[in-house]
Amino acid sequence: MKTVYLDNNATTCIAPEVRQAMEPYFNEKYGNPSSMHAFGGEIARDIRKAREKVAALINADPSEIIFTSCGTESDNMAIHGCCDLMGPGTKIITSRVEHPAVLGPCRHQREAGFSLFELPVDHQGHLDMDAYRELLKSEGRKLVSIMWANNETGVIFPLKKIAVLAKEAGAIIHTDAVQIAGKLPIDVKKVPVDMLSISGHKIHAPKGIGFLYVRRGTRMKTFMIGGHQESGRRGGTENVPYIVGMGAAAELAMQNIEAEKSKVAHLRDKLEQGLLTTCPDTRVNGDPDARLPNTSNISFEFIEGEAILYHLSDRGICASTGSACAAGSLEPSHVIRAMGVPFTAVHGSVRFSLSRYTTAEEIAYVLSEVPPVIRKLRDLSPFSKDSMPPLEL
Amino acid sequence: MWDYSDKVMDHFRNPRNVGKIDEPDGSGTVGSLACGDALTLMFQLDENGRISEARFQTFGCASAIASSSALTEMLIGKSIEEAEKITNRDIADFLGGLPDQKMHCSVMGREALEMAIHNYRTGETVMKQLDDHIVCTCFGISENEIRRIVIENNITNIEDVTNYCKAGGGCGMCRSDIQKIIDKVQEERSHKPAPAVPTQPRPLTNLQKIKMIEEVVEREIRPRLQKDGGDIDLIDIVGNQVIIAFRGMCAGCQSSAFTRHDFIEAKLREFVASDIVVTEEGKED
Repeated sequence: MKTVYLDNNATTCIAPEVRQAMEPYFNEKYGNPSSMHAFGGEIARDIRKAREKVAALINADPSEIIFTSCGTESDNMAIHGCCDLMGPGTKIITSRVEHPAVLGPCRHQREAGFSLFELPVDHQGHLDMDAYRELLKSEGRKLVSIMWANNETGVIFPLKKIAVLAKEAGAIIHTDAVQIAGKLPIDVKKVPVDMLSISGHKIHAPKGIGFLYVRRGTRMKTFMIGGHQESGRRGGTENVPYIVGMGAAAELAMQNIEAEKSKVAHLRDKLEQGLLTTCPDTRVNGDPDARLPNTSNISFEFIEGEAILYHLSDRGICASTGSACAAGSLEPSHVIRAMGVPFTAVHGSVRFSLSRYTTAEEIAYVLSEVPPVIRKLRDLSPFSKDSMPPLEL
Repeated sequence: MWDYSDKVMDHFRNPRNVGKIDEPDGSGTVGSLACGDALTLMFQLDENGRISEARFQTFGCASAIASSSALTEMLIGKSIEEAEKITNRDIADFLGGLPDQKMHCSVMGREALEMAIHNYRTGETVMKQLDDHIVCTCFGISENEIRRIVIENNITNIEDVTNYCKAGGGCGMCRSDIQKIIDKVQEERSHKPAPAVPTQPRPLTNLQKIKMIEEVVEREIRPRLQKDGGDIDLIDIVGNQVIIAFRGMCAGCQSSAFTRHDFIEAKLREFVASDIVVTEEGKED
């Protein structure tokens, strides 16, 4: 059975060009870039090239890039690195819909004596900007960490405005840009963030590589103490093949950014419109007009997400859900809850996330396979629009 | 993905007995849309009081659907009294086990069954719990329900309580109350003598059997014989056959056959195994 992979916000396939670029570094080019011989020294040049490509993706200077092992490490490095320097008493401002890689370190710092503020979102997933402005007015040191685009709904926050306000208030601002990378242009010359996290495996590089952008002049504490690598900001011999892969993936992402906006968005809309037409009692979560071009988060009312995913999996279709059961927790995703999605639709949310490799045939196949699954589960369900049961609320 | 058994996946993919019964003898609904899973169970009895038809409708994950489907299969053919004995463990076992975090699906099945039986007996559609207070307000789980889950599944930690009935899985404010319930149940258990296990004839190993026979001879038999100036020696044990030799006054005693059969054999049958045959060395029985 053919696999139709519509879970690209979870991870992506490695682009063939990326794999090809990495291959020599597993065999012949195994030198240590710090060595005082040409065999190793050449490798340092290749890392420099990769750093330049990665910097170009976000219009930064190569010296502002720190390679890390993943997006989570980048987020941790940014938040802990700043908190360690700013000291207790600092206010951390974040949102309720952040990825656990940001919420986790922020809540950890709260335990250590920092005050933490998690900004709410409205029913479309937009940040409460008034509450944000109010918080920025307060006295004292402030660290802001707000994502650029949401992984579950694809909703894009107005990061330029958020960053400008933070800088005007004298705050340090970090953004988790993991989901927006490669899908929409990023320009740190126009958006004045101090730090920005990106993960390789969301943009067709392998898992195990990411980077943190740190604007020149931003002070933070190093937590990986060791050698002089990454200008002393992250010790440890460089993950050469993956850094080279990250560079190749960044280059490809730049070349394909227009296709993401046109081709991928077109297929996503086709999928979404098709599902909304063929499946009754279905709604889109998030703001359709301010979303990543590849993401569609749909709630099928009166049925449960894990059951949908298992039936789709039987048909070779990969998607994900914010339902509680799938995560092994008992409450549905914090993002869906923060948005106040109606309780009839909370547990039946399914996220389809496309990539530039998604084809029209695949979307047609999904459109033919999903409606029967939804009907089958609705036939099983004691709930429907017409016969709402006595609720035990 | 969850490590679901083949049977769970089969009942999820091909659920049995889906739907409603027009005029059911018993019907029960538990759970809600807000909670993330819900089950309506209905059954009908035949003229002999046995469940002839059981149907379900479930809103929930793969294991919730499978648990409901399994329950209907288990119910058909049973009397109400037999159905009443089904526990959440029975449902999970029928499916070849469920992941820990999914045990609450089997509990939902048992609860719907209780509700449906209650409905059959009283005509009521809700079960009134007297003297019970809600411990977990997120999922509406009462103290008695948590106690029951803890006792029936021998639970010793909060995580398992959450796995089995969801209590404590929301805001987490009730977790210390749940711990108190677990502690109390464990304390009660340690004060209560272990339930008497009925002595069942269980197969002994040869070594165990020999050891037990020796003990019984030393403790129960030899002192009695010695009182009368007699004695025995254990010569051999072959399967269920115990070969002895009489000594002292017993040797050549006219009633030795009586002693062997009505006393020695009876004692060994009482204490060791019911099929023991005692024979005297060098004598055919």
